[in-house]
Amino acid sequence: MTHENQQLRTLADLKPGERGIVAQVGGEGALHRHLLDMGITPGVSILLQKTAPMGDPLELHLRGYALTLRVDDARKIVLRGDDEDVEDPGYATPNAHPQGLPH
Amino acid sequence: MHYTFALAGNQNSGKTTLFNQLTGSNQHVGNWPGVTVEQKTGTMLHHHHGKQTHLGLPVWRRSGHGVLRKETDLKETRVPEKYSDVTIVDLPGIYSLSPYSMEEIISRNYIVKTKPDLVINIVDATNLERNLYLTLQLLQLGRPVVVALNMMDEVRSHGDVIDLKAMEKALGVPVVAISARKGEGLDELVRRSMDVAEHRQLPGKLDICRGEAHKALHAVAHLVERNAMARDITPLYAATKLFEGDEPMIAELDLSEETRHIIEEILSSMEKEQGMERAAVMADTRYRFIEEMLTACVIRNPEGPDKLSDRIDGVLTHRVLAIPVFLVMMLLVFYITFGPFGSMVVDWFSGLVDGGIQVMGNALERWGVALWVRELVVKGVFTGVGSVLGFMPTILILFLLLSVLEDSGYMARAAFLMDRPLRKLGLNGRSFIPMMMGFGCSVPAIMSARSMGTQRDRRFTIMLTPFMSCGAKVPIYALFTAAFFPDHPVTVMTALYLMGILMSIAAGLLLKRYVFHGDASPFIMELPSYRLPTPRNVGRQIWEKAKDFIRRAFTVIFLATLVVWFLQSFTFNLTAAQSIGESMLGSIAGFLAPVFAPAGFGNVQASTAVLTGIMAKESVVSTLAVLSGAEVDSVEMLANLRSIFPSTLSAISFLLFVLLYMPCIAAFAAMRREMGSLRWAFWTVAGQTALAWVVATVVYQGGLLLGIG
Repeated sequence: MTHENQQLRTLADLKPGERGIVAQVGGEGALHRHLLDMGITPGVSILLQKTAPMGDPLELHLRGYALTLRVDDARKIVLRGDDEDVEDPGYATPNAHPQGLPH
Repeated sequence: MHYTFALAGNQNSGKTTLFNQLTGSNQHVGNWPGVTVEQKTGTMLHHHHGKQTHLGLPVWRRSGHGVLRKETDLKETRVPEKYSDVTIVDLPGIYSLSPYSMEEIISRNYIVKTKPDLVINIVDATNLERNLYLTLQLLQLGRPVVVALNMMDEVRSHGDVIDLKAMEKALGVPVVAISARKGEGLDELVRRSMDVAEHRQLPGKLDICRGEAHKALHAVAHLVERNAMARDITPLYAATKLFEGDEPMIAELDLSEETRHIIEEILSSMEKEQGMERAAVMADTRYRFIEEMLTACVIRNPEGPDKLSDRIDGVLTHRVLAIPVFLVMMLLVFYITFGPFGSMVVDWFSGLVDGGIQVMGNALERWGVALWVRELVVKGVFTGVGSVLGFMPTILILFLLLSVLEDSGYMARAAFLMDRPLRKLGLNGRSFIPMMMGFGCSVPAIMSARSMGTQRDRRFTIMLTPFMSCGAKVPIYALFTAAFFPDHPVTVMTALYLMGILMSIAAGLLLKRYVFHGDASPFIMELPSYRLPTPRNVGRQIWEKAKDFIRRAFTVIFLATLVVWFLQSFTFNLTAAQSIGESMLGSIAGFLAPVFAPAGFGNVQASTAVLTGIMAKESVVSTLAVLSGAEVDSVEMLANLRSIFPSTLSAISFLLFVLLYMPCIAAFAAMRREMGSLRWAFWTVAGQTALAWVVATVVYQGGLLLGIG
């Protein structure tokens, strides 16, 4: 695996309104674990909703909720490189229960 | 039959509201043993005479004769008499059961070792994906579990539908829909909880892993089975922890070198195969399971996320508008608290307290109580405690406003905005809230520092909080402003507050360099949805604060008042002192006075005031009044002040000293408790006082040099 992080896209590279899919979660020990626990796992789709006035920290939307993250920590989360138009995953399709829910 | 239920769930999931609903006022707040993490326990409202409605509150109806009677003919919600009292233990709000934070360790140890009869897992139904992550872990701990899906009212109003039965089947435990703030579904929650606890229903077997991870997990579980069972730990739970690289579990299982080696082999090859390291595999597995389950159980309104919430957020955290809006909010808070409205409330309340003291004094006189006792009780204790109590409305108003801001979700945004600037000091955005509260009263501010993630952050924040000039100092500033700067009240007050903030920044930078090296803990925080705070919840919080304040007033301050009264009424020979000057206090103050000479106020009156200010800052004013023989609010007082402090410059340096020196004893006691160490608390106040002296001296001497004053 290449170690040239400059060429890898990280969460810190997203612009407000952009989405990305996580490829790898960095950090160590408690931080690493906490990122995973909060739902930042490989394969998850994350939206950068906005940044604080000075660009740091970031407000991320993932798994249906909002999370703050500093740019330094966002740099530790590598995104999949080639996803251009990542869609909002959404949840159940309206057709999950065609007859309506059982009572 | 006595049961113990543990309440577990994420922060912001409504756990506190549910706890309050279930326990009412039967709460006890303490600490988990050995740590400064708050523990709340309560008794679940239990029935009277076997008949109850919503959670045991009897219903009163007016009979035909207009007499209030207890309704005895209830057909709704009968809870059988065999349910006697239940203790509910509120576990800290957690997102997972990792070994990295005190809150998580306390929670998992409590459930696994102390073995409550039931774990009620409260889940925010508007935030299912992340909440269920904790749920999956709770299900492995070998205790009965009931899931309470909270905020169902919001789910419904958003148009989403959740198939509860399907969720029950998928998770293997009962799932109850509730709305804690509205009080809906609580009867059913209690009923099903009692049922599960009574029958000791353990969660159904849940296998969430697939493929290689599945094989690896079960292989590890098999290997550690014997050691785990011997320690009364479920093998699957143990194996999951090993999967996550959980050091405490590894240590606890005490496996042989060989076993550990084999496990390492299994996990390494699984990591290679999955392309992820082991903890990530476990997290990924859980979230995949949750995603699949939600696809089957939840139908979301295709209109998507809450538009109103986003729009509000758009303004409050807008790139340009955010800071101005924030400043306006804070100014509004202070204006309401300290401005006309707040003063009115304080005056009214002080009037009440003074009236009460008068009544007591008169009663004592009528009962023929000895003069010296009357003096002690009325002038000493009551007046002393009374002056502090008179300040309670300000704290409560401030606290009310800050609670509303917190419960609405705005405080989290404020912390988000403040993170960057606070980082320069080596703190993080979370420190913002305690520091904000410090403007009201240091004591609750210091106590709210518990929300900081680490001991280091906590201590650091606590050390800086007293620089936020507390409300008790306002009377001092007001008095001096009236005496020396009658035409510029606003400027002076603002300048003083700014000075406090500036000094805190300076102190912060110094502390960061020399004491608290490095950075604060990472700032990864959930931003909860905006919600309208429930009057009930806020009311309860205020009530708790008020109780706490009154308790403190009547213990610590009571004691301190006694000491001060004693010191000022008697000489060292223990004869009655004719004036304060003769008394012990006067002697001590006289001894200390020269210390303040370089700062421009080296007289007995000033140093006496400073000394009594250690008890409570309001005492500074009352002491100066007593010493100068005038009534506090009189014109005479202002003139007397000017004779105590001959130059405006000395008044300024005195104000600066008062601004910065050690906080009151109550704050000191809180510091000691929250920092966990007498040594830290002592050095903090010593440092503050030293700083105060230095600043006052520098300003005074500098002023003299510049020819002012």
